[in-house]
Amino acid sequence: MIPAPFDYVKVTSVEEALEALAEHGEDAKLLAGGHSLLPIMKLRLAVPTALIDISGISELSYVRVEGDEVAIGATTRHHELERSAVALAEVPLLPHVAGRVGDPQVRHRGTLGGTVAHSDPASDLPTALLALGGTVVVQGPAGRREIPVTEFWLGFFETALSPDELVVEIRVPRTGAAGWGYEKFTRRENDWPIVAAAAVQGRVALANMAGAVVRASATEAALAGGASIADAAALADEGTSPNSDMHADADYRRHLARLLTRRALEKAAA
Amino acid sequence: MKVSITVNGEQRTDEVEPRLLLAHYLRETCGLRATNVGCDTTSCGACTVVVDGLSVKSCTVLAVATDGSQVTTLEGLAGPDGELHPMQAAFRAEHGLQCGFCTPGMVMAAIGVLADNPDPTDREVREGLEGNLCRCTGYHNIVRAVRTAAQAGPAAGQVPQAQEVEA
Ligand SMILES: Cc1cc2nc3c(=O)[nH]c(=O)nc-3n(C[C@H](O)[C@H](O)[C@H](O)COP(=O)(O)OP(=O)(O)OC[C@H]3O[C@@H](n4cnc5c(N)ncnc54)[C@H](O)[C@@H]3O)c2cc1C
Ligand code: FES
Ligand code: FES
Repeated sequence: MIPAPFDYVKVTSVEEALEALAEHGEDAKLLAGGHSLLPIMKLRLAVPTALIDISGISELSYVRVEGDEVAIGATTRHHELERSAVALAEVPLLPHVAGRVGDPQVRHRGTLGGTVAHSDPASDLPTALLALGGTVVVQGPAGRREIPVTEFWLGFFETALSPDELVVEIRVPRTGAAGWGYEKFTRRENDWPIVAAAAVQGRVALANMAGAVVRASATEAALAGGASIADAAALADEGTSPNSDMHADADYRRHLARLLTRRALEKAAA
Repeated sequence: MKVSITVNGEQRTDEVEPRLLLAHYLRETCGLRATNVGCDTTSCGACTVVVDGLSVKSCTVLAVATDGSQVTTLEGLAGPDGELHPMQAAFRAEHGLQCGFCTPGMVMAAIGVLADNPDPTDREVREGLEGNLCRCTGYHNIVRAVRTAAQAGPAAGQVPQAQEVEA
């Protein structure tokens, strides 16, 4: 399978990327690791006229502490996040989840900005970010703006990002070793989740239970009201709208959401 | 457009279409046929090569995106006198192949496994090779081969260019 022809532009700074986006117009696409974009281009589900390769923007590859947050650059690869000493010490949920994305070859290419911008409801890192809270920092012709993670993922492949903007950074609160849990159910050890649950300090997010990653709000409200983990987790699928597909039907996904939420909360409390 | 890529230690400049995938560049432009295309969907790992020290699936990377990089394929592993790379020698010794279709990708991914973890357990080898499928399901011997290669020392986790760069 070969993608349709396109112009290729390699950029090395955020300014160049924004200029190229402005110049090539609406049908241009950014290319980071290419591990979500190239497969859909090969199937001709995406036919961009120009690809702007941002993977070489080294100023966007970092994991660092800034005040009470950890800031992660958009072109940081899953493999780098998995091994980042800063992330391991300050927000260990993220390197753990990065290490469970796909296989090593996928983690060597895929970037945090790419998985955030792509908005696949089954993606692992956005689920973890939604449970952590924090912000997606984007930059466009009018400058930078910060979008809370709770307002970023709008639906299947749909985000609050406009076509002339770039995700430049993801900021999350420093949790230290504080309780977290991540549970994912897959057919192979690490693969796209059929369902996954992330729990951090009373917040729970779910993968693959709706058009985008979602918070388990009924569970969170029950926990805040003093309910036991078991009782709160039993509400995890409330308000979700899971799909049925060849891997699992919607009822089974609801069952998984409740089960994985309980396990993730128990891990976070342990 | 023009790309300059160092393939198996030899720098070459080629005129390629932006949509050319690295797997096809290696097979057709460079004439290096060890890198196989199996699934073409990033699932099977048969197309795994090492780019700048990291294993990647070359069916999901554009050749133009590797401009300026060092790419190593199975053909680049043996020494000039034909001496096998420790990973190749271990695959041979442990009979880590049946039909051989997955083998080039397995060998390249296995080198990456040892680069990350020089002395893995069986389970860690299996996790590290998770992105590589063997249609003959010859996994037991493949895992044994990687553990045997680990005993050969750090060279088993490196591709030849990486060693030269370090020297
Ligand atoms: C075989 C396989 C298995 C996988 N398994 C998993 C898994 O288990 N769990 C999981 O979560 N993911 C999985 N993935 C997806 C993987 O994590 C992708 O790499 C990731 O989702 C996309 O990151 P990328 O850098 O490759 O983005 P790309 O493919 O380059 O881009 C994806 C989209 O985001 C846009 N984009 C990229 N960067 C930016 C930016 N900085 N600003 C704005 N827009 C941007 C692009 O234009 C494109 O629309 C898998 C992928 C493959 C191929
Ligand atoms: S051919 Fe590339 S992963 Fe199967
Ligand atoms: S040996 Fe036949 S596919 Fe692995």
